[in-house]
Amino acid sequence: MLARWIEAAGIPTVVVTMMPDVADALLAPRVVGVEFPFGHPFGMPHDRRMQRRVLETALTVVSGAARPGARVDLDVEWPVPLREAYRAWQPAEPSPIVALLLQSRQRGEA
Amino acid sequence: MRVDSYRFLPRSFRPLYEDPQRLPGEDAPVWAPATRRLGESRVTLLTSAGLYLEGEQPSFDLERERREPTWGDPDWRRLPHALPAAGLAMAHLHLNSADIVADHNVALPVDVLDDLVAEGVAGGATAEHVSVMGYQEHGLAAWRDVTAPAIVERLRDLGSDLVVLAPV
Repeated sequence: MLARWIEAAGIPTVVVTMMPDVADALLAPRVVGVEFPFGHPFGMPHDRRMQRRVLETALTVVSGAARPGARVDLDVEWPVPLREAYRAWQPAEPSPIVALLLQSRQRGEA
Repeated sequence: MRVDSYRFLPRSFRPLYEDPQRLPGEDAPVWAPATRRLGESRVTLLTSAGLYLEGEQPSFDLERERREPTWGDPDWRRLPHALPAAGLAMAHLHLNSADIVADHNVALPVDVLDDLVAEGVAGGATAEHVSVMGYQEHGLAAWRDVTAPAIVERLRDLGSDLVVLAPV
């Protein structure tokens, strides 16, 4: 949404996102999709090559996209096994809203 | 190849994201053409990782979020492109911060941007970048009415030509 408001003010934007379907649905002007775990839009820590690939793609899209709704998905595979990566991005403690949702589910089942 | 937006998302969270609702008035495309060549453009980075300057700026208000779980701090921070030695801290209750703390380029690739500028791919970085904290209350009223206009004003002062937003 911030992208749309900045764009509406006249400054071109691109969103680098792990959820490009959501960005599309919300009509982000330009989207680069990355199949990375949450918290890692530009890739692995200290992997300058991967980070550069993402940023360079984003800059190419923001400066060169022809029309609103342009989306490019980056074909870079996350180099950590899914099982591990799936857990690793999550916080040690559930966030307050998740804790609340879990509690109400438990109460619902009781 | 199409990115699987749900690959790393716990199954039980999927329903929360599968049918995103547009805000009122946000159902038409919006477009600002890039008029300058990339090699002459000043680039601003925007992160939603809740980054702030360690020891110099207040954290995002996580205590209030703990008390009111449907609320997230809508404030924002200005991060200098040349980061001070003390570096960045991260305030975000929804992610493991380890990788971003180990390497800020994971969320705010200022060093990567420097490389691209040095090679002439991009014209330059703006003197500052922008940090917000991505967990926000439904409806995004504060972001829309307060934060976004303030960010836009700052982007204009900075002479930003292009903004790369990278939600976490």
